[in-house]
Amino acid sequence: MTKSPKFWLLSTLLLAFVLTIPIWVLASFVFQFGNDNWQHLLDTLLPEYIINSLVLMFGVAFGTLLLGVPAAWLISHYQFTGSRWLHWALLLPLAMPAYISAYTYTGLLEFEGPVQSALREVFGFGVSQWFPEVRSLGGAVLLFSLVLYPYVYLLSRSAFGSSSQKALEVSRTLGAGPVKSFFQVALPMARPAIIAGVTLALMETLADFGAVQHFGVDTFTTGIYRTWSGLDDTNTAMQLSLVLLSFVGILILVERWSRQQQRYYVGDVKTDASDYVQLTGKKNVFAFAVCFLPILLGFLVPSGQLLYWSLTTAETNLNSDFFELTWNSFSLALITAVATVAVAVFLAYAKRMSNLSRVKQFVQVAHLGYAVPGTVLAIAIIIPLAWFDKTVDDFFYENYEISTGLILSGTLFALVFAYMVRFLSVALQSVESGLARIKPSMDDSARTLGASSWTIMGRIHLPLMHTSLITALILVFVEVLKELPTTLILRPFNFDTLSIKAYEMAADERLADAGLPALLIVLTSLIPVIILSKLMDKRSG
Amino acid sequence: MKFVKWQWLTTSLMALAVAMPMHASAQEELNVYSARKAQLIAPLLEDFSKQTGIQVNLITSKADALLKRLESEGRRSPADVLITTDAGRLHRAKEAGVLQASISPELLKKVPASLQDKDGLWLGLTTRARVIVYAKDRVNPQDLSTYESLTDSKWKNKICIRSSGNIYNQSLVASMISHKGEEATAEWAKGLVANMARKPKGGDRDQVMAVAAGQCDLAVVNTYYLGQMLNGSDEAQQEAANQVAVFWPNQKDRGTHINVSGIAITKSAKNIESANKLIEFMLSKPAQEWYAKTNNEYPVMDGVEPSDTLKSWGEFHSDHLNLSKLGELNPQAVKIMDRANWR
Repeated sequence: MTKSPKFWLLSTLLLAFVLTIPIWVLASFVFQFGNDNWQHLLDTLLPEYIINSLVLMFGVAFGTLLLGVPAAWLISHYQFTGSRWLHWALLLPLAMPAYISAYTYTGLLEFEGPVQSALREVFGFGVSQWFPEVRSLGGAVLLFSLVLYPYVYLLSRSAFGSSSQKALEVSRTLGAGPVKSFFQVALPMARPAIIAGVTLALMETLADFGAVQHFGVDTFTTGIYRTWSGLDDTNTAMQLSLVLLSFVGILILVERWSRQQQRYYVGDVKTDASDYVQLTGKKNVFAFAVCFLPILLGFLVPSGQLLYWSLTTAETNLNSDFFELTWNSFSLALITAVATVAVAVFLAYAKRMSNLSRVKQFVQVAHLGYAVPGTVLAIAIIIPLAWFDKTVDDFFYENYEISTGLILSGTLFALVFAYMVRFLSVALQSVESGLARIKPSMDDSARTLGASSWTIMGRIHLPLMHTSLITALILVFVEVLKELPTTLILRPFNFDTLSIKAYEMAADERLADAGLPALLIVLTSLIPVIILSKLMDKRSG
Repeated sequence: MKFVKWQWLTTSLMALAVAMPMHASAQEELNVYSARKAQLIAPLLEDFSKQTGIQVNLITSKADALLKRLESEGRRSPADVLITTDAGRLHRAKEAGVLQASISPELLKKVPASLQDKDGLWLGLTTRARVIVYAKDRVNPQDLSTYESLTDSKWKNKICIRSSGNIYNQSLVASMISHKGEEATAEWAKGLVANMARKPKGGDRDQVMAVAAGQCDLAVVNTYYLGQMLNGSDEAQQEAANQVAVFWPNQKDRGTHINVSGIAITKSAKNIESANKLIEFMLSKPAQEWYAKTNNEYPVMDGVEPSDTLKSWGEFHSDHLNLSKLGELNPQAVKIMDRANWR
């Protein structure tokens, strides 16, 4: 049952269309002309939104590279104190939502917080004159770098770990030193993976609302929200979102371009213990510090603060409601992860099997959803779903005098659909990179032996890329668990999650009470992160 | 191969299962869209259900999002009741045509006219004041008078206030526009920005903390945050709140700026009788007292005792501006703040 190119073309077209409905809804706002708010924005805040967003992007790109790449390199080539557990612990900040990390850091480092207060006690009032301001653009760059570097680390580690091993051996045999080999061989080879990781981090940065708002940094996203809510102007807000999307379009093009420059197919190279270089002395300490620092600042410090808050409020807060919240969050994340990865696999296959450029373009568009701010995405989903419900309702009412009411809006379906649009990119990045590493010649051999597409997929590809699939599942799972704005806007009656609870407490300026739900988000996310690292251990161990 | 098929099948089954709408039982029900956070509404709704046997379904979200949802869902919306934490959003809901005039006249009569819509589409449930708090040890309250006088040069680098993105500040500026006109308000906003001790950031509690820590001498905050700090379990916050005192601005003229949390019946409402029962319940003595105690908000009903904390701040004269104005003028307020560089 080998499928014709037409099958792939039509099915991808349909799927890509459905998944990009919110983008089309957004695009339709281009044609809404109206008021002088654009002029007002141009005169006042727009330049700042653009500059802040750009500075944030460059800063986060630099920061995530600086934290993610060296750690990945050290972990995949050297043995040093703690390298065994640092290897998976470096993923921990994935479990920490940016806005929650932001709460903890302001709580700790602000003028009124314990750190500055203690310093003032010891060194006098002058301390606070030079103490860097947490709620600033620089603070935001650091914060995002700390919570988002795991994308860069994860993707570059797998690139360093498998594909570059052989080439590096050759380079070393030919007399290149470790530094030269790194910059001239390993880094260029891993570049597509590294850039994919940075792209994910940047998309997430651009779409963030909670953390930048808390830090008082005006970005495109806060501008969109302000225009929508403060100026009561949906049209201009949606048009601003389109400008934001064009930023992201460029980002995606750069990423694709980088990927097309090189194409390597390398089979799984098992590394054994003898491939790792044992570090000693100062080098050992240095390597440990490079890997431990991101974990300390990205995970341990904020979790410590959350734990402290949770303990101080546990007496009043810890009750059976939290089991329900945790269960809601967990099951929602699981269902979404499975569904999203299934769709990602299908799309990645369509691309590989059909070899039509049209199909590739459709799949490309599906990445855009990741960068749409959650609030905007939610509105762009409410509109078409409500339209669908209205159409169905009208049809049944006219023909059978039955009112079907709302079928899709306000249900968990709407929520899962929204997450899928938002996080498909995460799943696709992982699945595609897994698939890309399997040589097409393998498919050809299998086909010569009479295997159908489905057999090739089920018997050869899926087993070979199981790590990529699990990575995709877990990334989506964690993303959904952390997600706030879409959940807040689209969820059905009587359905609350941990992130909603954390938000409602924090929005009421009860940070300590937000500690427990936030900590539970982190703990629930840890389960899959640990599974992921175990699986990776098995592979490289 | 089988594995793949099963995976697809289970996935689609799961998708179907989540797509099923929540099924309503035959029992009397009431669907509430609330911009008031769950912890400040759910306990009362539970009491209401116990008393009346009416099952309440709740979604909490941001007011704008709930409004958008109501608009898109149209007549098919399941919502019966909309609860918000500011009058401006209720006014927007009215303008968007998603409310109906079904609140019973007796209930409307119970609430002061300035705290409800002139066509009876919504009414206020509780009020709060946006006041000036000052450092007891550094500020003589006799130097304070009005919101307007905050632009006086003697307060240079002495004022803390949160960002202009916040609805409370937007409402305050809107009330100023309504009383003083756009031009005077624009001047005032510039003067205020010039006197700020730091770039606006954080919430109202953060402003009180900053006053206590000596970063500024004055802050503009909502009364209930101060009340919560005084009555909360956080010792640092309690201590900070004790170092400041409340000043009621504009007592000699229009009065202190207030806003309400309010309630309205949606156009799509199918359970109008139950909705009115809920409003009646929210205006009842126990519910009003609960808000005074739990959230330090002022009751809208005469004859309901405010909490001890509220009483300790004394009586005050509040601005009688019709609160619909706040909604109408909100976009202008935001623009004025943008131009004044109020972050």
